[in-house]
Amino acid sequence: MFSPTSRLAAKRLHGIRRMFLQSPSVSAAAAAAETSRSYSTALNYHIDSPDNNPNMKWEFSANNLEKVKEILSHYPSNYKQSGVIPLLDLAQQQHGGWLPVSAMNEIARIIEVAPIRVYEVATFYSMFNRTKVGKYHLLVCGTTPCMISGSRDIENALLKHLGVKRNEVTKDGLFSIGEMECMGCCVNAPMIAIADYSNGSEGYSYNYYEDVTPKRVIEIVEMLRKGQSPPVGTQNPNRTRGGPEGGNTTLLGEPKPPPCRDLDAC
Amino acid sequence: MSFLRALRRVHPLIRANFSNSRVTSRWISSTPDLHNPEAAAAAVPEPEFRPRTPVGGARIEIQNPDDSVEVFVDGYPVKLPKGMTVMQACELAGVDIPRFCYHSRLSIAGNCRMCLVEVEKSPKPVASCAMPVAPGMKIKTDTPIAKKAREGVMEFLLMNHPLDCPICDQGGECDLQDQSMVFGSDRGRFTEMKRSVVDKNLGPLVKTVMTRCIQCTRCVRFASEVAGVQDLGMLGRGSGEEIGTYVEKLMTSELSGNVIDICPVGALTSKPFAFKARNWELKGTESIDVTDAVGSNIRIDSRGPEVMRILPRLNEDINEEWISDKTRFCYDGLKRQRLNDPMIRDHDGKFKPVTWRDALAIVAEVAHGVNPDEIVGIAGQLSDAESMIALKDFLNRMGSNNVMCEGNGLNPQADIRSSFLLNSNIAGLENADLFLIVGSQPRVEAPLVNARIQKTVRATQAKVAYIGPPANFNYDHEHIGTGPQTLLDIAEGRHPFCSAILSAKKPAIIVGAGLFGRKDKDAIVAAVETISKLGGVTRPGWNGLNYLLLNAAQASALDLGLVSSPDVIRSAKFVYLMGADDANLDDLPKDAFVLYQGHHGDRGVYRANVIFPSSAFSEKEGTYENTEGCAQWTIPAVPTVGDSRDDWKIVRALSEVAGVRLPYDSLMAVRARLSRVAPNLLNVDARERSTISEELRPEFKQKLSMAPFGAAVENFYMTDSITRSSKIMAQCSSTLLKK
Repeated sequence: MFSPTSRLAAKRLHGIRRMFLQSPSVSAAAAAAETSRSYSTALNYHIDSPDNNPNMKWEFSANNLEKVKEILSHYPSNYKQSGVIPLLDLAQQQHGGWLPVSAMNEIARIIEVAPIRVYEVATFYSMFNRTKVGKYHLLVCGTTPCMISGSRDIENALLKHLGVKRNEVTKDGLFSIGEMECMGCCVNAPMIAIADYSNGSEGYSYNYYEDVTPKRVIEIVEMLRKGQSPPVGTQNPNRTRGGPEGGNTTLLGEPKPPPCRDLDAC
Repeated sequence: MSFLRALRRVHPLIRANFSNSRVTSRWISSTPDLHNPEAAAAAVPEPEFRPRTPVGGARIEIQNPDDSVEVFVDGYPVKLPKGMTVMQACELAGVDIPRFCYHSRLSIAGNCRMCLVEVEKSPKPVASCAMPVAPGMKIKTDTPIAKKAREGVMEFLLMNHPLDCPICDQGGECDLQDQSMVFGSDRGRFTEMKRSVVDKNLGPLVKTVMTRCIQCTRCVRFASEVAGVQDLGMLGRGSGEEIGTYVEKLMTSELSGNVIDICPVGALTSKPFAFKARNWELKGTESIDVTDAVGSNIRIDSRGPEVMRILPRLNEDINEEWISDKTRFCYDGLKRQRLNDPMIRDHDGKFKPVTWRDALAIVAEVAHGVNPDEIVGIAGQLSDAESMIALKDFLNRMGSNNVMCEGNGLNPQADIRSSFLLNSNIAGLENADLFLIVGSQPRVEAPLVNARIQKTVRATQAKVAYIGPPANFNYDHEHIGTGPQTLLDIAEGRHPFCSAILSAKKPAIIVGAGLFGRKDKDAIVAAVETISKLGGVTRPGWNGLNYLLLNAAQASALDLGLVSSPDVIRSAKFVYLMGADDANLDDLPKDAFVLYQGHHGDRGVYRANVIFPSSAFSEKEGTYENTEGCAQWTIPAVPTVGDSRDDWKIVRALSEVAGVRLPYDSLMAVRARLSRVAPNLLNVDARERSTISEELRPEFKQKLSMAPFGAAVENFYMTDSITRSSKIMAQCSSTLLKK
């Protein structure tokens, strides 16, 4: 027989667990999505497919070759490998938001290292996508401040609206949704970042949409679908940038000089 | 338990606890001592200053006393040069620091954090493998803080490690298993799901169970630093981090098997050895490898009559602690295609087993029926010195001096030892700053010599120039030509390489033994010697003119004077093949009698009339001289197969039946005979210089042919009778050499 105290403790524990499990806002679909949380868009190894294999030819476009030269000019000629991250970024912009293995091989050839050294970098950073993404890649911040302010609801709203799973591309190839770690917008949480790959590296943009609500993100998505450009930054009409709602309440005048210090005497 | 004793000394309360209750379980170290390290340190009794034994025979030479620092390891003073690490100081003080990622032959990664020690005035425990020593540093290795730090690391490592030791091949020789015995807890606090990782296909030799990996990156560093193939990498980040090749790619290195040894856990294990035996069931025999001329030091692990696996043995001068894949995995060839009975070919061309008595009698009769000049003996590439001297003595007593060893080519130069040895020694190659490789592909001919060159190139950016057919190198090199024309150009000062060799401080030339088979061998050697004189390759204190041999028997055959020319085969009537499978018998008269004595039914058997079964290198005591002229002994690890005998014993028995009894009955007596012919063969592990001056070498007036050099080894994995009968080697050649 268990002692009364231990039975009480077990009951209490059960209650706590039920409380967590029955969070009202979490739908069944979201629960399924949450079991497969991964930060990057792909596995840590490559599987050959018709649009992503080492035999595919991949080259920088003529415009971007100029940029490659410019990037490499920042580094000493014997440390070309330092340029791996900017080059990967450039290649990703050129290739519609993701890096096929042949693009990484091409970069390895340019910076004169073994391909595996480039794969190591590309798999390390979650900003490099190694599988196909949509023309607009929506990145929902999932770090604590945004999560507390409801980023899960935002992600679920997006997933439901677009009818995809995380890291999946919509049928029309326009959108995909991923998760990002903190992008430093905690004061305007929750936020999403949208990488726009629709116009190659020339028209590439990477914008933050802050203070979003489940309703607002769907509006943003629809505006993007129509080819409009939604206003970047905070989506709360009563706020300017990181300022408080309804205007500043402190620091309204010029700051006073330090009281115990005669600045003129310095 | 010493930790417990120390605790009891410092804490009276614990002592009381221990004396009162008979607690035998491990005591968890969350004590007030941790919150007050000063008090704990003050209570430690005065350290003892008796000299300690450094870990693993570690020793240092302090070249400049001004550049040395003194540190204290647990109070014991250690003096060592600046720039060395805390871990090295601890090793000198005889304290073994637990580790996973640190390996003395690889670069320092510092990512496993197992080697944490406490350093006085340092706010946190420091990773001793990556921390350089500072003067007066007070290092503490067995304090509660260090112990607790390591326990924490171990807990994190075990979090995602599958506890599958019972089905893991590394069990019993696993660093993680051993260290968790000391630092692991008997229960875990981790209740989540463990991470699982997809296994990678690295080829037929290395089995991967990547879920066991603890991300020490030793294999990644080994592949890029020692093997020189940048195949492996660390992919992903955080808890998703894994070792892999990203794209589907086999590990195409001839040293890939060494990742099995350096892996501290069971993530990389031997595929052929998988689930075959436990390491504590095996008997280790320290022996020598014979699959190439390097003479790698190996340990043959056997269970009963079976060789289960081969592991490297540390020898700084030859193989460091690596061996080639051929050495490591050829052992299954020792169990296949073996000859176990004396056999005679019947009238219908089939072999019939007979007794030794009959076989010896028939051979002796035939041998006496031919002219002494028509008797030819050929030693094979795996022959030991004892059997070769017995063969030579026997044939000499029969009145013939037609004894040779395969691979030594026409007109071998055996009078001056430096004309066929690797004179700067394998370890000495590290001092060279320029390499000229002539007609040799060290990567397939002698992978461990190649590993030295790779190490040198990596460490000092030494230049490598290569003359020969297009070949695969794993370091930067310049392919300056394909044949003798380039040699002539350099010798006559017309080639741009001349200025490089003139400005080099310690140039080394490596001539491949594959060239010994060419008709214009003497002219090539003459051209190389001209270059050597021109570039000052041999100078006082440095002999950089090297010959890289191909086979284990070559050097001792030349020392013993098995130097007759292969031409004699045209008029031979009685051919004694002692393990010779690669000898060219096309010119042999049809009616010649061929006796094959060997351990494998390989190429030599096809033409044989009589077969004498002999024992392989794993079953006999024998002397082998490696390419740098260093004699080493093999030790029998397993019993012989069937009715086979040691080679020299067979020759001795045959000599008695033939009526020309050889005067030795024991191995000691054969070695006494060896000592009269080539005393250096008895100076095991010594490298003796040639006593005859180079100037006595005859001048050659041969014409250089302009035919380009060929490749001496076509298939790295199959070069002799053992490797040709090995299934693993066959798998390797079919998967890894695929074009």
